[in-house]
Amino acid sequence: MCHQTVSLVARHLEANGIPTVVLGSARDIVEHCGVARFAFLDFPLGNPCGKPGDATMQASVVDAALGLFDSAQAPRTTVPLPWRWENDEWRERYMQVSAENREELRRKGEQRRAERQALRDSGRVRQE
Amino acid sequence: MNGQPVPYMERSRLYYEAQGFTRAYTWAQFDDAPFSPMPKPLAEAKLVLVTTAALYDREASDPRYVASAPLNPPPERLYANDLSWDREATHMEDRGSYFPVAPLLAARADGRIGGLAARFHCVPTDYSKRRTREVDAPEILKRCREDAADIALLVPV
Repeated sequence: MCHQTVSLVARHLEANGIPTVVLGSARDIVEHCGVARFAFLDFPLGNPCGKPGDATMQASVVDAALGLFDSAQAPRTTVPLPWRWENDEWRERYMQVSAENREELRRKGEQRRAERQALRDSGRVRQE
Repeated sequence: MNGQPVPYMERSRLYYEAQGFTRAYTWAQFDDAPFSPMPKPLAEAKLVLVTTAALYDREASDPRYVASAPLNPPPERLYANDLSWDREATHMEDRGSYFPVAPLLAARADGRIGGLAARFHCVPTDYSKRRTREVDAPEILKRCREDAADIALLVPV
């Protein structure tokens, strides 16, 4: 959801004369929405600027993202960044639905719906 | 899916379907994408930073709004406990992994960018695309203009 939010904001800024770069890790969501310039770091969600504890990598990632301001000549420019996570296990695991967690997810859904309804009933939601 | 980008939209559809949500979320999709050419060279441009992290530790139930804070020095910490980052693969204890204040200060010092807005902006994530487009995005634009920012770097968690 974070990636959709910044993509919508980036589009609004672009439409009003402010060039943008989105630096993120959910390629499908950003490209589905469509932005001007997207620096794609193929890491687990949460570390779009580089690995925790690796300030050198983070500086290089941000520098590469800044480069897009000058290099992109047309909208929907995606630049995949060259860094890789140390393994690929996270790709299958994130939000995985399996026989083992299906019942837990069902219960979680029931709880979420009850919480949302309680919020609506109490008026603790944005009204705009 | 060896080495392929994670299909997050499809993954979340199946995940919430398993939670019993019957109507699949419709992700924002547009045919066009607005594009502004650079008004000046990067080395002369003033940059503003936009994040989806928050200034305080929100409950998932808290109504959330656009917020801003000084970039230098930045707040001691930012918060993302309510956001959908990958808790099994990584952590967010290092602010630099999602909030690039140090590289941006270095880029300004090196002359890579012309300047930095004195503050950064937090945009709340919202399932409502309408609210993001009609309320939060215009508010971010207004604040970027108050900052006299030429360009924006947006970093989602």
